[in-house]
Amino acid sequence: MKPARQTAARGHSGAENFDEKMRGARKVFLKNYQLLILILPAFAATFIFSYIPMYGVQIAFKNFRPSLGIWASEWVGLEHFVRLFQFPNFLPMLRNTLTITLYTLAVFPIEIIVALMLNELGSLKFKKTVQMVSYAPHFLSTVVLCGIVKLFLGRANGVVNNLLAFLGGDRIDFLALPEAFASIYVWSGVWQNVGWGTIIYLAALAGVSSELVEAARMDGAGRLRIIWHVNIPALTPTIVILFIMSAGSIMSLGYEKIFLLQNNLNLPASRVISTYVYDMGILRNQFSYATAIDFFNNAVNIATLMAVNALADRLTGIGLW
Amino acid sequence: MGAGMGAGGAKKAGTPARRRPTIRRSRGDMIFDAANYALMGLFLLIMLYPLYYTIIASVSDINEVSLGHVLFLPKGFTLDAYRQIVGNSLIWSGYFNSALYTVLGTAYGLIVMVPLAYALSKKFLIAKGFITWFFIFTMYFSGGMIPAYILRVQTLGMSNSMWVMVLGSVSVYNMIVTRTFFKAAVPEELFESAEIDGASQFRCFFSIALPLAVPIIAVMALFFGVSQWNSYFNALLYISDKAKYPLQLVLRNILILNEPMAIDKDMLTSMSAAQAQDQIFRQRLAESMKYSVIFIASAPLLIAYPFVQKHFVKGMLIGSVKG
Repeated sequence: MKPARQTAARGHSGAENFDEKMRGARKVFLKNYQLLILILPAFAATFIFSYIPMYGVQIAFKNFRPSLGIWASEWVGLEHFVRLFQFPNFLPMLRNTLTITLYTLAVFPIEIIVALMLNELGSLKFKKTVQMVSYAPHFLSTVVLCGIVKLFLGRANGVVNNLLAFLGGDRIDFLALPEAFASIYVWSGVWQNVGWGTIIYLAALAGVSSELVEAARMDGAGRLRIIWHVNIPALTPTIVILFIMSAGSIMSLGYEKIFLLQNNLNLPASRVISTYVYDMGILRNQFSYATAIDFFNNAVNIATLMAVNALADRLTGIGLW
Repeated sequence: MGAGMGAGGAKKAGTPARRRPTIRRSRGDMIFDAANYALMGLFLLIMLYPLYYTIIASVSDINEVSLGHVLFLPKGFTLDAYRQIVGNSLIWSGYFNSALYTVLGTAYGLIVMVPLAYALSKKFLIAKGFITWFFIFTMYFSGGMIPAYILRVQTLGMSNSMWVMVLGSVSVYNMIVTRTFFKAAVPEELFESAEIDGASQFRCFFSIALPLAVPIIAVMALFFGVSQWNSYFNALLYISDKAKYPLQLVLRNILILNEPMAIDKDMLTSMSAAQAQDQIFRQRLAESMKYSVIFIASAPLLIAYPFVQKHFVKGMLIGSVKG
């Protein structure tokens, strides 16, 4: 259609050509202006609540004074970053962040395994029941989850300690032990999200061709062999994408949850970079310093995301972009 | 891995290719199935038990719970803990506030997000690349906690305002899911013929796209609703007036900070003087009230859950079509 109109236009005089163009522009405008109006609320909301804070990031390089505002506060260069790197707890904090994150990434295969096992269940009724129950914890709030964790692990009355005492062991205040913190954080998260996490994998498994499975059976492959050679390869693209995404949030752990599980006794293991931002910024009003910490955190996230993405792209040909 | 192999070959190659049930199962397959069912049964128990225990502990006699006698069935059935909570005004105002924030926040989220998703699903939208990246960029980079705090508290003066809980940026991930739905589920020809008949883009959106998008809008409303109902951190940052606390913040004070809940006076007089004075008893009562608080706070979701579960799954799946 397009070339035809162009040859037609070439035959017209200049004035007609101009007319044609105007009509085209008018048409584009008419078709688009209402769409742009539909976009406007989202554009405004994002501009105000995302882009203005991005503009505010400059206070990481300034000494922010509320009376002067963001723009007029004086520049101090990298002073706040230097202070962060020289902070004696910086390395322990970084180590805690990385420990908890790597631990979280290490349990990543659990939901894949559960999905593969669910997929093998012959009884549809039982499968549905397991799915229904295992999705439920996903809908509990972080506060409720941490409340349950605290109650269950409680030293005096918690069910876990009751069991320990019943078996003749000593009661342990788990939440006061720094060395138990990462495990508590990670495994309570597994309990909450493993069921929900299987949904995407189960959908991918439903797409595995039954002829392929049948052919493998004909060739004498057992169930585990079929899982290994048919089902897992079918999941690979999904696994890679989800892994890249979780690696991208490597430093921005669920600080809302860590914050709730944190107490003075487990602080050596539970002080992570993102909770330190809250401590410094909101509790102590050191806005510039806290912003610098957050900025550092964010930059590491983006760098990790890009590195993992590039690596996955090279290894498997699958990437985010 | 080799377990299923040898016996599997015994199957007659000549039988017509039917589905599994008719194929004779090898011994390896049977072992596999037995192990799989056993492990999944165990998994089911692990998932279920904490929820179940919370409920039975909330209706059991407090002393029995503390002594570890409650494991599988409630002991000394009592609703004392619930009776205490019914009298707690903070919980009720929290409930009310959360409901208000959830309804308004969900409505706001949809009003901002759905039209955007529709517009971005159009091929002919001008500057589409720029507009898309304008939103996608916010998924990867943000100003962080403090600049957002300065904006809301100092520039906009929103602390302790209901609007700080309602207004916010666009949820880009959900927008992409909705856009995928518009692209896949609403045939382009429908719009083309409507446009030939002289329908404007507004008309196309409100009269054609929206009615067809009801399923995805319902799913998104559920997503927004649940995350609003469950969020506490925003309230922690911006709401200091206890009368405006959402339920989750009230819960945090009770469950995490161990803030004592007021014990009803009638109940105290009904207890023996010795009990009322007993520090341990009070501590146990507080503990038992926590179980009931958890149940009461999660009840709306848990009751609605069986009915809406499949919609959530549907929403997840639309999203996974194109991440």
